Amino acid sequence: MELIFKKLAQISASLLFVILAATTIVLYLSAKPAIQEFGAGFLFESRWGVEETKNVSEVVPNQELVVDGEDADDFMEDEDDFIDDEDFVTDDDTESETNDSEIIYGALVPIIGTIFSTLIAMLFSIPIAMGIAVFLSEIASATLAKPISIAIELLASIPSIIYGMWGLFYFGPFIADIFGGNTVSLLVAGLVLGVMVIPFMAALSRDAIGTVPDMLKESAYAMGATKLEVIKDVVFPYAKSGIIGSIILSFGRALGETMAVAFVIGGVYQFVGKVTDPTNSIPVVLANSFAESSGLSLSVLFYLALVLFVMSFMVIVVAKHYLLRRK
Amino acid sequence: MRLIMNRLFIIFSTLAAVVGLFFLGWILYTLCAKGLAGLSLQVFTHDLIDGGLRNVIVGQLIMSGVATIIGIPVGMMAGIYLQEYGGNSKLTEFIRDLSDVMMSAPSIVVGTFVYAIIVIPTGHTSGWAGVLALFILMVPIIVRTTDDMLKLVPIELREAGMAIGASKYHVTMNIVIRYAREGIMTGILLAFARVVGETAPLLYTSGSSEFWSTDLTSTFPSLTVSIYNLATMPDEEMVQLGWTGAFLLTAMVLIINLIGRYANNKQRR
Repeated sequence: MELIFKKLAQISASLLFVILAATTIVLYLSAKPAIQEFGAGFLFESRWGVEETKNVSEVVPNQELVVDGEDADDFMEDEDDFIDDEDFVTDDDTESETNDSEIIYGALVPIIGTIFSTLIAMLFSIPIAMGIAVFLSEIASATLAKPISIAIELLASIPSIIYGMWGLFYFGPFIADIFGGNTVSLLVAGLVLGVMVIPFMAALSRDAIGTVPDMLKESAYAMGATKLEVIKDVVFPYAKSGIIGSIILSFGRALGETMAVAFVIGGVYQFVGKVTDPTNSIPVVLANSFAESSGLSLSVLFYLALVLFVMSFMVIVVAKHYLLRRK
Repeated sequence: MRLIMNRLFIIFSTLAAVVGLFFLGWILYTLCAKGLAGLSLQVFTHDLIDGGLRNVIVGQLIMSGVATIIGIPVGMMAGIYLQEYGGNSKLTEFIRDLSDVMMSAPSIVVGTFVYAIIVIPTGHTSGWAGVLALFILMVPIIVRTTDDMLKLVPIELREAGMAIGASKYHVTMNIVIRYAREGIMTGILLAFARVVGETAPLLYTSGSSEFWSTDLTSTFPSLTVSIYNLATMPDEEMVQLGWTGAFLLTAMVLIINLIGRYANNKQRR
C-alpha cells in the first residue's frame, strides 16, 4: 500500500512533465512541415494565404499573353467568356503549382497584432489597476475596502467570453463613437483586454502591497511624510517585485487570451495604419481557422500555436524571476 | 506643494478605482439587463435546436465535471508528492515550475494540442477531447492548491503520526489531508469554476452540438462554444439566447466562487 501510494504520487507528478513535453513535441511535429517550408522567415513575413510563383517558367508568360489577347479581343464579351477565363486561371493554377508556385503564409500580422493589443491593454490597465490597489489598501476605509476587494476578486473570475461579447455589442460602438473608425479594431481589442485584466492585476498588486509591514509605513508617517510620499518611497519600493510580477502575469494572460479578443479584433490580415483599424492576433487566427484547415495550412496554424506557446513561456519565466526575488 | 501633490495623488487613485469599477459595473449591468430579458423556463426545458439551452448547459457541466473527477486524484497526488515525498530537491522545484508554466499556457494552445492528438486521429470532435483539454487546464491549478494547503499543515502533526508508528501513507491520508481538506476542497471548487467558463480550448475539441447528447465519444454540446456561435449570428433572437447563456454562465461561475469563498472563511475561523 505504502509503495503503491508513493508510486502513484510519483506518476502523477511526472504526468505534469509528460503533458508539457508532449505538448511541445506534438506542436513541433505538427508544425514541422510549415517550419521546413517557411523557416524562421515565417515570423517576419506579412502575407497570409497569398499565392506566389517562384521560378517563372517560359510557359506561363505565354499563357498570360494569350489571356491578354483574348481579353483585348472580346473585351465586351459576356459570362461565357468569363467562365472561360476562369477556367484558364485554374488551369494556370494547377500547372504553376508543379512549377514551384506556393502559397505564402506569414505570421507577422498576427504577431504584431498580439503584441500591440497586449501593449494597449497594459497601458490602459496598469494605471487603473494600480489606482485600485492603492485605493483599496491605503486610502479607502476598511468598511469600503472589503466589499470592493471581494467584488474585484469575483470580477476576476468572470469568463473571458463575457468580456468579448460586451466588447462587441457595447464597448466597440462606444469607442467607435469617440475615436471614429470601426467597432472592431486593434484599439477596441486592446481596451477590452485591458478591462479584462484590471481585476486580476489589481487583486495581485493589492496582495503585494499588503505585504508591506505597517511598521515601515507608520514610521514614515511619523516623520511627517504625506500619503503620496509614503506610497512612492516606502510602499512601492518594498512591494516592487510583487507588483512587477503581477503586471507580467497579467501581460501573459492578455497575450494568450482568445475569446475576449476574438469578438472585437476583426480577424483581418492587414497591418494597422491607425489603431482604429481591424487586424488579427495569434489566438484569434487559431480560433477562427483551425476547423477548416488541413495539410500545410493546418501545419502553419500549429507553427503559430508553437510561437504563441514560446512567447507565453518566456513571459512566465520572466515573471517567475521577479516573483522569486521577492522570497 | 507637497500637500497639493498628495491631494492630486489621492484624487487620481480614487478616480482610477471609480473608472475601473465603472467598467466592471457596466459589464455586469449589460449582462443582467440583456440576460434576464431572455430568461424563461423554456431556456431550461428545451435544447438549443428548439431555442433553449438545456443540452448545452448540461453538456458543459458534464465535460467540466468529468475533467474535475479525473483531475482531482491526479492533481492531488502530484501535490502530495511535491509536499510529502519530494523534499526540497531540485526535481521538486522543477516540477513546481512546470506546473506554473502549464497554468499560464494559453488555453487555445492546449486546444491545439488536444486537436492534434485526438481530433485528427479520430477524425471528428468529441466530448472526450473537450474533457482532456479541460483536464490539462485544471490539473496544474489543483496541484498548486494542494501543494499550498499541505504546506500549511504543521510538521509536528506529521511527526506525531510517525512517532506512534503510522506509515507515511496513513499519516498523509488520515492526518495531513484531513487537516487540509477544506482548503483543498475550496481550491478544487475554484478550479472547477475556472474551467467551466473556458471557451477557447473547446472550440475545436468538443465543438458544440444543438442536440441532446450524453455520449462523450461524439461531438458534444458546450455552453461557452454555443454562446460564441450564437453571439456572432445575425439573427436577433439567437444573439438574445447567447446573452441569456452568458448571464447563466456568469451567474454559475460567481455562485461557485462565492461558495468557495464562504467555505474558506468558515474554515479560517
